[in-house]
Amino acid sequence: MKTLLRLWPYVRPARARLFTAAFVAVLASCTGLVIPLVLKWMVDGPVADGDTAGVWLGALYLLLLGFAEALLFGLRRWLVARPLSHVEAEMRAGLYRHLQRLPVAFHDRWASGQLLSRATTDLMLLRMFLAFPLTFLLVNSVTILVGVIIMLLQDWALGLVILGPAIPVVVTCVIFEKRYAGVARLAQDQVGDLTTVVEESVLGIRIIKGFGRHRSQARAFRELSGTLRGTELRKAGLLATIWGVIVTLPEVAIGAALVLGCVQVADGELSAGTLVAFLSTALALRWPVDSIGFLLAMSQEAATATERYFEAMDEVPEQETCSSRAAGPHRPADGLRFHDVRFRYPDAPEDSPPVLDLIDLHIRPGESMALVGATGSGKTTLTALVPRLHELTSGRITLDGEDITAMPRQELRSRVAVAFEDPTLFSVSVGDNVLMGADERELDRALSVAQADFVHALPQGTDTQVGEQGLSLSGGQRQRLALARAVVGTPRFLVLDDPLSALDVHTEAAVEAALRDVLADTTALIVAHRPSTVQLADRVALLSGGRITAVGTHHELLRTNAEYAHLMSGSGDSGEGEDTR
Amino acid sequence: MTAPTTSAPTADQEPGRPGPKDTDDAFDHDRLPTPPGATALLLRSLLAPMRARVTVTTLLLLLQQAAVQAGPLLVAYAIDRAVPAFRDHDNGPLIAVGAGYLLCALASGGLQYAFILASARVNQDVLLDLRGRIFRHAQALSIDFHERYTSGRLISRSTTDVESLRELLSEGLQELVTVILSFLYISALLLWLDLGLGAVAVASFVPLYLLVRVYRQRAGRVYQKRSTAIAAVIVKFVETMNGIRPVRAFRREAANDADFAVLNKRHERVNGDALLEMARYVVGSRLVANAAVAGIVLWGAYRVAQDSLELGVLAAAVLYLRRLYDPIDRLGMFLNSYQSAAASLEKIAGLLAQTPTVPEPSVPRQLPALGSSDRPGREVVFEGVSFGYRTGGEVLPRFDLTLPAGQTVAVVGSTGAGKSTLAKLLARFYDPSGGRILLDGVDLRELAMPELRRGVVMVTQEAFLFSGTVAENIAIGRPDAGREEIERAAKAIGAHDFISALPDGYDTDVRKRGGRISAGQRQLVAFARALLADPAVLILDEATSSLDVPGERAVQRAMATVLRGRTAVVIAHRLSTVEIADRVLVMEHGRIVEDGTPAELVAGTGRFADLHRAWRDSLA
Repeated sequence: MKTLLRLWPYVRPARARLFTAAFVAVLASCTGLVIPLVLKWMVDGPVADGDTAGVWLGALYLLLLGFAEALLFGLRRWLVARPLSHVEAEMRAGLYRHLQRLPVAFHDRWASGQLLSRATTDLMLLRMFLAFPLTFLLVNSVTILVGVIIMLLQDWALGLVILGPAIPVVVTCVIFEKRYAGVARLAQDQVGDLTTVVEESVLGIRIIKGFGRHRSQARAFRELSGTLRGTELRKAGLLATIWGVIVTLPEVAIGAALVLGCVQVADGELSAGTLVAFLSTALALRWPVDSIGFLLAMSQEAATATERYFEAMDEVPEQETCSSRAAGPHRPADGLRFHDVRFRYPDAPEDSPPVLDLIDLHIRPGESMALVGATGSGKTTLTALVPRLHELTSGRITLDGEDITAMPRQELRSRVAVAFEDPTLFSVSVGDNVLMGADERELDRALSVAQADFVHALPQGTDTQVGEQGLSLSGGQRQRLALARAVVGTPRFLVLDDPLSALDVHTEAAVEAALRDVLADTTALIVAHRPSTVQLADRVALLSGGRITAVGTHHELLRTNAEYAHLMSGSGDSGEGEDTR
Repeated sequence: MTAPTTSAPTADQEPGRPGPKDTDDAFDHDRLPTPPGATALLLRSLLAPMRARVTVTTLLLLLQQAAVQAGPLLVAYAIDRAVPAFRDHDNGPLIAVGAGYLLCALASGGLQYAFILASARVNQDVLLDLRGRIFRHAQALSIDFHERYTSGRLISRSTTDVESLRELLSEGLQELVTVILSFLYISALLLWLDLGLGAVAVASFVPLYLLVRVYRQRAGRVYQKRSTAIAAVIVKFVETMNGIRPVRAFRREAANDADFAVLNKRHERVNGDALLEMARYVVGSRLVANAAVAGIVLWGAYRVAQDSLELGVLAAAVLYLRRLYDPIDRLGMFLNSYQSAAASLEKIAGLLAQTPTVPEPSVPRQLPALGSSDRPGREVVFEGVSFGYRTGGEVLPRFDLTLPAGQTVAVVGSTGAGKSTLAKLLARFYDPSGGRILLDGVDLRELAMPELRRGVVMVTQEAFLFSGTVAENIAIGRPDAGREEIERAAKAIGAHDFISALPDGYDTDVRKRGGRISAGQRQLVAFARALLADPAVLILDEATSSLDVPGERAVQRAMATVLRGRTAVVIAHRLSTVEIADRVLVMEHGRIVEDGTPAELVAGTGRFADLHRAWRDSLA
């Protein structure tokens, strides 16, 4: 519950409204409590005396109080509606802003679904908490206090009878809250597991169908949803118990007060009006008492939500390692250099061997270098180091002689353009997907370099929506768009991660032809699996065992390096291949 | 070097993906066409098996409300009868009141307990049933459906939409029944206590009803806007997080902040509107309710003063009135959850109304037993097969093709030539529009799914890994396989080395720390899976695109040894893959234009010969 205090900085701007609203709500509740007093006055006064004018007056009071109560409750809601929506939106925007700037390694660890549930359900829970339980825990406590005082003042003996069940109810609530929190968290987690199975069964549908595994998937799903049902029923059992207690005990007390009150009225110690007023007050307090259970449960959920929100917010974003830099002296072109670069994933154990170990490589200005290595040798990891998507464990990378950690990331990334192995498209137009904010005049050239002219044939041409909300494109088409994205704005440095793997031979040849012109005066690092892609590059670097073991032209390496020849043509084991043909 | 370009726009789409032609349909919108009455039918079929329990649950609530509403009646009796009787030294009535009140208290508490448990059971069973139905149905729907209906939508059908129904069931419905019951009970009791006072209370329902109706309309509009607004926020959020690498590399953070702010602001505004709408409703309903209370008290008090009404009756009426109007706020909340649940249920009904285009046979047939263990392949015959999408556009014109058992056939051609469609027909991801496909003489449509998958297995380009260990992922090929068999499959494909180097070897969780597995490695795992499944016919659809040459060679070796004698269909961009084939099919615009052994085709003057020359040049 203490974690809820962390919400204060976000709530601060809305504090005036929130406090006013709470005050208004207290006022409204107390107005509700005055109504029985007016009733008492009417019953004991005008009604007993047959004073019709007094009856009219009493009814008028009731009407005015009723209007006041209604307007005050409305005022409370009106006061908080916009500010609380704003608090929610601000927290969401803050989370989004923060997450965008967290290291890529963080995103590797966290599924987007986990982050999304923090940005949506958790924040909605928090808004509801601020709008309702927070106010009403206060309001109801005040209401109960005032109500009890009124009852004690009217008749202290009856008041004590009504107060009787307070202690057992509070004790039950406390026990309930603890147990409920545990079961609720369990249910949340199980829903998460269930969602994972659903997600995977949809994303992996081709594998499930391809191997006819839908029965075992359905079984796994059934088991999980059965477990969830069990947990939900346990939750229901707890809720049923607390409701049973909360309904029964106060009702018993009211019954006792009724009998006692009747005896007193009969003995003339109590007026009939007082008894009526007393009972209506007791009944008016029913909701505030009943609600405490679920208000506490909601607060508990809000506390969990706050915890989850700050789990993400407490992560440290990428820090700029340099102070903002005046445009330095113009440096001579030096290309891209790796000096003793060593890299280990930040979440890998300390004693594990680094993925990349002492990489030394120089790509001369205007040169394109192919990076070749066996499956899983760390090629993609190496490309991610250049735009600083991951931070080096040790060593340096320089662009034209300048250490990449010495320049602001924004500037580094404006100099280096990347095409990723897994081409992600966003839900905007094809054109915007390629431009990524760059000048529109660049579009046609980029599309023609990547042989992505197919976009002109889409229903709305370059304005066609793609991505989750639009047209889905094939792997080859997406890959060409990713390539077009990288060549927009003729960057000085290009990093291409296996840019042609999903293309068929014809398209690949056409892209290569167009790419050659771009590469002629660009410093480029190209991850390659195939001889055809390698031939785009001036030289080739072989990555093996975390080191660059050879650098040379394709033909040199084919002749001199057995491992390279093996990777490129499968020689060394081709004899076996011949046999089995 | 000039290569023939694939500029023809229609030929450039991967078959099976929606082309420009058939995008303008219901799949573009979130809503599938829901047949009229499907939603009600779904609801009825969910509740039908629980009719008895629903009746019991309703009965419990009826009794519970009766017990709760008896209280003020006892108050009236106590004031009007028990007090005078007590004055006359008759304790009976007062004791009866006390006992009655105690009984009511215990009954209402106990019944409340029983009701919550009973209704939770019904709710949970309905949800269990619904979740299972959506899941099984989504699994049964054919691949062409999954290609058109994005995964995000399908996931939200079984998560958020089920969740909104859960909220309605667990909170809303009980609320509604309680509200209706207490309205009925209280109105009846008030009328019984005093016809006049009761009539005034009942009359007050008219303005309340109008108020609820107006609110429902207005809130309905606002809530619809709100759900659209939050959906836009969610899409932007998820996309940014999934595409964090390009976002960072292309410095889109600030632009994204701005885009997100617009969407977020819109949601904030509509959200505020919804809350204000609720505020208006609360004020309106409270005003009507409090005015009615004042009016009834005025008239009642006036009559008590004139001795035409007993004080106890007035007291009871006032107590009842407070209870009568209390649940009105909650009625508003119920309407909210009802509206969102109704929309969700309609979407779910739309999904469930989709029929699988590749149905399971009603009378399945068995494949003939394999002759001997050294001939594990099966013969495949395409007999007058043609294929086109339902929306029109022929992808494969009518053709005949026979693949003898044990033959390895490579299919080449440019993107969009129809290679993948051919493969998907053979894997029965689609059914042909005309003709039939026979596996050892049996139509694929007559084979039950497990039998079919013992016969035909397909490995695709996208190598998805399920959460769990590497070993579990391979075991998808054959769930009853032991660890030795799994390792043997991994070794045969050349995946053993990298798997052993993972932190926990075969037991490494692919989603946990240190479980980074590259695209090429994922494809090797996918192959190990296929190897373990050991099918009679193996289809590889671009399954080696992310592998390097040695990886590809390992796959070829495994096919030549472990899978020797199986019928294999290999689709590849790379001609290196084609080398091991006994036969090559070249496809163009949905037709097979060349068919022969690799040597024959290379020696010829066709497209394959051109391709082969270009490829040889790249190796020289």
